[in-house]
Amino acid sequence: MNTITAILVAFLGWQSQPSAETIMKKVDENMTSKNQVAESKMIIKGKRGSRTITSKSWSVGDKKAMTEYLSPAREAGTKMLKLENELYIYNPSTDRTIMLSGHMLRQSVMGSDLSYEDMMEDRKLMDIYNAKVVGEETIGDRKVYVIEMEAKVEDVAYAKRKAWIDVERFVPLKEELFAKSGQLLKKTTMSDVENIDGRWFPKTVLYKDMLKDGEGTTFSLTTVKFDQDIPEYIFTKAALKK
Amino acid sequence: MLTFKLALKNLLSAGLRTWLSVSVMAFAYILIIFYNGMLDGWNEQAKTDSIAWEFGHGQLWQEDYDPYDPFTLQDAHSKVPKEVSEDVVPILIRQASIYPQGRMVSVMLQGIPRNQNLLELPTKEIPKSVDGSLNVMIGTGMAKTAKLEAGDNVLMRWRDKNGTFDALEITVAGVFKTNVPAVDAGKIWVAMEDMNRITGFENEATYLVLPKGFDHENIAGWEYHSLENLLEPTEKIIASKKISGYVIYAILLGLALLAIFDTQVLSIFRRQKEIGIYIALGMTRWRVVRMFTIEGASTSILAAGVGAVIGTPLFIYLANTGISFGMNTQSMGLTMAEVIVPVYGVGLVVTTIILVVVASTIVSFWPSKKIANMDVTLALKGKVQ
Repeated sequence: MNTITAILVAFLGWQSQPSAETIMKKVDENMTSKNQVAESKMIIKGKRGSRTITSKSWSVGDKKAMTEYLSPAREAGTKMLKLENELYIYNPSTDRTIMLSGHMLRQSVMGSDLSYEDMMEDRKLMDIYNAKVVGEETIGDRKVYVIEMEAKVEDVAYAKRKAWIDVERFVPLKEELFAKSGQLLKKTTMSDVENIDGRWFPKTVLYKDMLKDGEGTTFSLTTVKFDQDIPEYIFTKAALKK
Repeated sequence: MLTFKLALKNLLSAGLRTWLSVSVMAFAYILIIFYNGMLDGWNEQAKTDSIAWEFGHGQLWQEDYDPYDPFTLQDAHSKVPKEVSEDVVPILIRQASIYPQGRMVSVMLQGIPRNQNLLELPTKEIPKSVDGSLNVMIGTGMAKTAKLEAGDNVLMRWRDKNGTFDALEITVAGVFKTNVPAVDAGKIWVAMEDMNRITGFENEATYLVLPKGFDHENIAGWEYHSLENLLEPTEKIIASKKISGYVIYAILLGLALLAIFDTQVLSIFRRQKEIGIYIALGMTRWRVVRMFTIEGASTSILAAGVGAVIGTPLFIYLANTGISFGMNTQSMGLTMAEVIVPVYGVGLVVTTIILVVVASTIVSFWPSKKIANMDVTLALKGKVQ
């Protein structure tokens, strides 16, 4: 009798737990908007103290994005334009625009724990990874699904990923990126989840390179607006020099 | 002959004045020969070490490879061409990062066949990696920078041929000592079989080190670099050092020649009566000029003798023990041994002597030619002219 009950509970539990694909789709629906305008600050913590860089960014889906750095004075006016798989950087002190390619994309963004390449990945996770739900856990007071992803294509930076997705809000609360060997390389922790224009969104993200000492880089949104009217010229190379 | 005898007698009878000039000039000789000998010794040592550790007898570079541009490394690899013989040493370079004490240090991971004999790198001492481990070898410079010792483990991150990150704790199996920073600074050496295993490349290389007598053909996709071509940067550095050396000993030689010049001017001024007597006794004016010129020039010949007496044992001692500069030249990126053994060629010594003798003859002749226009009567009276 006990065995039958256990099988029944497990079956019902399995039935009630959505598939990884469904969860990731809901995450996409929640997190992705037609476009987004945000002001943010990036706090880079190093051994010699921390630096804060503020910026304003405009983005359309995963394909197009423009970021303008506002402070500190040394970085102010620097702009970064992403157009599909091309990345351009404009430096006001030299008044020149350069296109980053190849190994340059692997450099750190403004000395943070993020690389330009991390910002360039615009393929949908479900297109490059096989995902499965491996359990449920609790982060803080939030119940989360634990999803493991293994690369199904060869040309990915991280062979494995693990994501913790809020069961009710479909917001990722934590993500870990692994090397082929299984070594944990990077860890991302999301917090300050707020309901903005009807969607749950984490306003603070902590990026941590797990191989390096240090406290990582905190990325906080100060304002964010979805589905705005963004003029098309913003995503042109000409806009970099304006 | 009389002129020579008189000149020498006059020179020696001048006493301290002569020996002061001789001392300065002997010092100039010793310094010129020492400095040039040291640079030649450095040159010889740098060439020998570079050939033994890095260049072999020429190299074939994959067409995208530029050692001065790390951005080229990602794509600078191709299959080892079939045209080359088996005694060519393929080296595959990939970029990686190690994390000693939580610091990130960028490194070049260099794959090399374990059983190669062409380069001095002790590749045979890299132990076989078992059970997914990875044994590597580093130079003393790299060990110092990364604060690593033989037997230490350190986490390394790299990308495979598809760009996917991989990371593993590697073991520093050995630390080798070399004078060639190009194979030490920022380099981690790994057996080619392990390199292939961790990156997924098979039989690929960034550059090929060639054995002596390699008959290079035009191989598509590969650029030939002769040994002369590879040694050129080192030779340029040494040539520039020689130029700065010329300045130093031009000053020193200038001082010694000025001493001779002054002595000559003073002699002609003070020995006017003597000059008058020589001419009165039947010497032609130009014979007297010649005698004074020989006097001056003999200073440099005497100095060569004194220099030989002092310098020879010194140079023999230095050629046996070498000169330690007591500084870490590795950090400057120069192929330079801790102890440099100077090389003194016969050519260097002979050229230096000829150069100094000719220069001192000229500066001796210059004030002496005044004698040719001297009024003998006034000279005999000792009147200033």
